[in-house]
Amino acid sequence: MSATAPILRVQNLSARVAGQQVVEDVSFEVPAVGVTALLGRNGVGKTSTIKAILGLIERKGLVEFDGHRIDNEHTHRIVQRGVGYVPEDREVFSKLTVAENLRLAERGGAPGRALVEELFPDLTQRAAQAAGTLSGGQQQMVSLARALLNANRLLLVDEPTKGLAPLIVQDVAVALAKAAETAPILLVEQNLQVVRQLASTVVVIEGGKVAFTGLAAELLDDEALTTRLLGVAGAQPQGKAAGTGTANAGGGNAS
Amino acid sequence: MSTVILLLITGLGLGALYFLVASGLSLIYGLMGVLNFAHGSFLTLGAFAGWEVARRLDDGSWTTFLISIAVGALVGAAIAAATEFLLIRPLYLRHIEQVLVTVGLSLATVALFEGIWGVDPIYVTGPDWFGGTTEIFGALVPNDRFVLILAATLVLLALVLFLKFTRYGLIIRAGVENRSMVTALGIDVRRAFTLVFAIGGAAAGLGGVLASHYFGYVSPHIGGSLLIFAFIVTVIGGLGSLAGAAIASVLVAVLQQFANFYLAGTGDLVVVLLLAAVLLIKPSGILGKKA
Repeated sequence: MSATAPILRVQNLSARVAGQQVVEDVSFEVPAVGVTALLGRNGVGKTSTIKAILGLIERKGLVEFDGHRIDNEHTHRIVQRGVGYVPEDREVFSKLTVAENLRLAERGGAPGRALVEELFPDLTQRAAQAAGTLSGGQQQMVSLARALLNANRLLLVDEPTKGLAPLIVQDVAVALAKAAETAPILLVEQNLQVVRQLASTVVVIEGGKVAFTGLAAELLDDEALTTRLLGVAGAQPQGKAAGTGTANAGGGNAS
Repeated sequence: MSTVILLLITGLGLGALYFLVASGLSLIYGLMGVLNFAHGSFLTLGAFAGWEVARRLDDGSWTTFLISIAVGALVGAAIAAATEFLLIRPLYLRHIEQVLVTVGLSLATVALFEGIWGVDPIYVTGPDWFGGTTEIFGALVPNDRFVLILAATLVLLALVLFLKFTRYGLIIRAGVENRSMVTALGIDVRRAFTLVFAIGGAAAGLGGVLASHYFGYVSPHIGGSLLIFAFIVTVIGGLGSLAGAAIASVLVAVLQQFANFYLAGTGDLVVVLLLAAVLLIKPSGILGKKA
């Protein structure tokens, strides 16, 4: 773990959706640099944890962002503090154009515009196109671009490669690596090859609680541990992966 | 032919009134998920405010009429914004409680209006031109219909321009589609809620003044009677769709006029049957988003 103070501290966080407990007493920290992967099997509460941090669902417990308690704040206020959010399933505004989607997200002069144009030149060409008519990969670009436009101090990125073609997965991974140079990332990701590629630390949730915290390599290199916690073998390092550059990058997917 | 023209233009005039009420209802539901049963009270209060101003001024002039319209819209906007801020906001996401509050407010305000202005209709006069007619293809069309159509067209145009070209318009369009994602972009969507209520209230207040000239009177129940059809229009057009509200307003009102004339006064029944047909065939309405 980083020696510097964490950018995000979550302590005893619980959350409910429609009266049902979806996160139970979760505690972890996100270092102020690099990518921290939030892992776990399907339905363990990874997305709910992200939503609870942002205040999108009813929650209890302590959430501290850069030394400030944010667990009693409204979502918009938390985001204004410098927390960017890339939701699961993209959630672009389908009836708005690409340009309108981006304009809506801009805060404080959108200092990340140059980075967005560099990473996603396709979006500039499609500025006038309705976001709902874009492919899944292009919608993910819009979703990422909305978060990267602003000067965020933390990015919460939820399953950015879900349902995308392997080549697009690699584009997204490259974009996230670039984004991580500007702000630390808390990443929910099922594709363990992407996790290995990007994450320095991991937090694994099991049964709504944190079951493992540590270095990414420590988890992914331990096949027995990965299988026990995630239900699949850890992704091989890219150099060892058979047939790299082909459709499946060789990584296992946490089921 | 002249009868058809007269029915058509009268239908368009009535449709204009429906639109002025339904546009606010539709935007409020689309953005906030609130079925606002107090919307008719905004219209009634706007009508009374307009009448109060007009009777204190020279009520036969165009200037007085325009001032009364402006006052009606302002009063409608103010009471709607206050309703959102004081009664709806504390019940955010508690839709049943919000409906109960708006139902209660509509009942209480009608009683309040009866207490202040009495239960009997108060007759309203406008510029002399309103009482005249204009001949179109042989039909003698009452002039006030043209004012209604012009006003609703201007309101529709203003709303479209506002939604298309302003920052808050963008927020409202996005919020109608996915409110929580707007919040997750760092936008305080509650301000948009108040603004949408104010816009809807202004359109209803303006509609109230125009309705008092269309019917020739103002009464505590004028808003309630129009609200029923505005709800029907909103559902047929598609909850949350401004364009749907405009199309359905014209459709419902014209159909109502023709059925009243040609089918022995069955206009209201035909409209309810149309509502049932739309709910069966396309429950999301003409241009509404799917549930």
